[in-house]
Amino acid sequence: MSRRYIPKVVTANRLREGDVVYLTADNHWTAHHHEAELIEDEAHAQLRLLHAAGQKLVVVGAYLADAKAGPNGPEPVHFREAFRTRGPSNYAHGKQVDLTNV
Amino acid sequence: MYDYTDFDEAFVRTRVAQFTDQVERRLDGSLTEDEFRPLRLMNGLYLQLHAYMLRVAIPYGTINPRQMRQLAYIADTWDKGYGHFTTRQNIQFNWPKLPDVPAILSALADVGMHAIQTSGNCVRNVTADHFAGAAADEIEDPRPYAELLRQWSTDHPEFQFLPRKFKIAITGSPNDRAVTAAHDIGLRMTRNAAQEAGFEVFVGGGLGRTPMIGHLVRQFLPIADLLPYVESVLSVYNTLGRRDNKYKARIKITVHETGRDEIARMIEDRFAEVRPLFGGADQALLADIRAAFAQPNLQSRSVADYDAAYQANPVFRAWADTNLSAHRQGDHAIVTISIKAHGQTPGDATSEQMRVIADLSETYGYSELRISHEQNVILPHVAKADLPAVHAALAKVGLATANVGLLSDMIACPGMDYCALATARSIPVAQEIALHFEALKLEHDIGALKIKISGCINACGHHHVGHIGILGLDRAGVENYQITLGGDATETAAIGEKTGPGFAYDEIVPAIERILRAYLGLRLHAEETFLDAYRRVGMDPFKRALYGDEGHQDAA
Ligand code: SF4
Repeated sequence: MSRRYIPKVVTANRLREGDVVYLTADNHWTAHHHEAELIEDEAHAQLRLLHAAGQKLVVVGAYLADAKAGPNGPEPVHFREAFRTRGPSNYAHGKQVDLTNV
Repeated sequence: MYDYTDFDEAFVRTRVAQFTDQVERRLDGSLTEDEFRPLRLMNGLYLQLHAYMLRVAIPYGTINPRQMRQLAYIADTWDKGYGHFTTRQNIQFNWPKLPDVPAILSALADVGMHAIQTSGNCVRNVTADHFAGAAADEIEDPRPYAELLRQWSTDHPEFQFLPRKFKIAITGSPNDRAVTAAHDIGLRMTRNAAQEAGFEVFVGGGLGRTPMIGHLVRQFLPIADLLPYVESVLSVYNTLGRRDNKYKARIKITVHETGRDEIARMIEDRFAEVRPLFGGADQALLADIRAAFAQPNLQSRSVADYDAAYQANPVFRAWADTNLSAHRQGDHAIVTISIKAHGQTPGDATSEQMRVIADLSETYGYSELRISHEQNVILPHVAKADLPAVHAALAKVGLATANVGLLSDMIACPGMDYCALATARSIPVAQEIALHFEALKLEHDIGALKIKISGCINACGHHHVGHIGILGLDRAGVENYQITLGGDATETAAIGEKTGPGFAYDEIVPAIERILRAYLGLRLHAEETFLDAYRRVGMDPFKRALYGDEGHQDAA
């Protein structure tokens, strides 16, 4: 019955701006998926989610999203999460431009 | 057009002040998100995939140039320079920041606009025929009734916590352009034997997870009985509606489970109780509202310049052939401004385009504008003599696409490019279909066609009633698109039928091409539309075109 735990990242939107962010291992919120903490243990994931949910002045709607290890850090598994790392496909709006302009 | 009364103004200002305070309390931590969420939703503010989204009501699709300019101002000041017109005749801003929302709502209130009742389990923005007040086929302008319903339902204490949201659509003409059959209540104006105007009432229509066409519960509802009857419908629903299961909570399920005859009887019983309680104040109010919707004083103009331009200029002619509709006054026309340039996002208008539309409305259109549920903008009254000038001005800002009613005049919901509920993207599918058929130069040959795309089962893109409907789904972590054929949004409403297994993102455009090439091959003549041909030949030829001769249902 025991299935391997699919690794997770904690993700949310910034309360004020609405931007998509990820929780890092050192308790920061980053705009970059690959800087997120890749959580490989279910109990730890729940703790990290609780930590995120407590940051109600910083983020909103925190949840655990499936992720996998990649050469530069965690990568999204599902296409929805992949879109959230970039922004919409119809305009160069959102992170796909905001991040390159930083 | 109708202007908000002092009462409305005070009400909206109070709501803005309340919400300003609520945002402050959210930002300083006095309110948790759980406490704040219902408050922001009541004010049209959603959290979407990449940002917040603010949904602004455009009641029954009627908007004036000053309001349109204010939307442009909001887009430039607090958003990214554009807005998205939706199938609910609303406009959505995709990038507002939470601390700015009170200022946006205040700017909206300055022009009598708001975001109230665009969310929640209440009576939502009443939608109406976008040709209201202008169409040649119209019995009566439906908007005074829509406004009466709006005033009656706004903050109505009995109906703020219905089992689920409640949508009413109304048309004043026998040609249904308001998709009334797919609403909780659909009202179609009609005449009785004595030639008096009244309504056919449909109840229990809806799209979404369980698409249903509304049932006719009243053949003829006299105008004076409108509010008591609608109240009776809501009252029966409020009592019977399934609050135990969100997916069974809409009135369409209530009607389905209770049966049309029994529901109709219950509504009539309740109506007998409710009717005497309406002492006539509603009719006095209606008279005032009617006066506020007085028709503009249309001038009589020669159509010679129009005829000359039509003969001389093929580009103008092509546009006139697709984008004009018959006005009740022969020397005028209804202009549909296509917000569907090939390759652009259906329903997205830039602030510059909004300003040009506002200017044109003032210069040539008696300061009237409508937003259609098909995500276009309407100039309801333009003298034909002015059409060449209107066309030239539209062309300068990319708004002269001659495609209304054709393949590229698609409905597409925001889908997974914006919407947190989406299971797949819809906008890029719409863009690619439009560009593909533009490159093939097949669009005019194919003729009248409604393609409608939704990015999830909620069906904001009305895919069930598209001649070709496309529904984006998530199949095992991959975008997959299910096709339905034969849907119809008009007075001959029908829910489309699934073709079979869905198609991957990169297969959907070729699949649509196979369907349409099959249609071109089998139609009897160029005037037989796709929908007519489908109704004649049925699903089989299209299945073969899609899946091969075996029609292998186990493919994909
Ligand atoms: S149909 Fe689904 S994806 Fe499209 S706007 Fe509605 S909820 Fe969002």
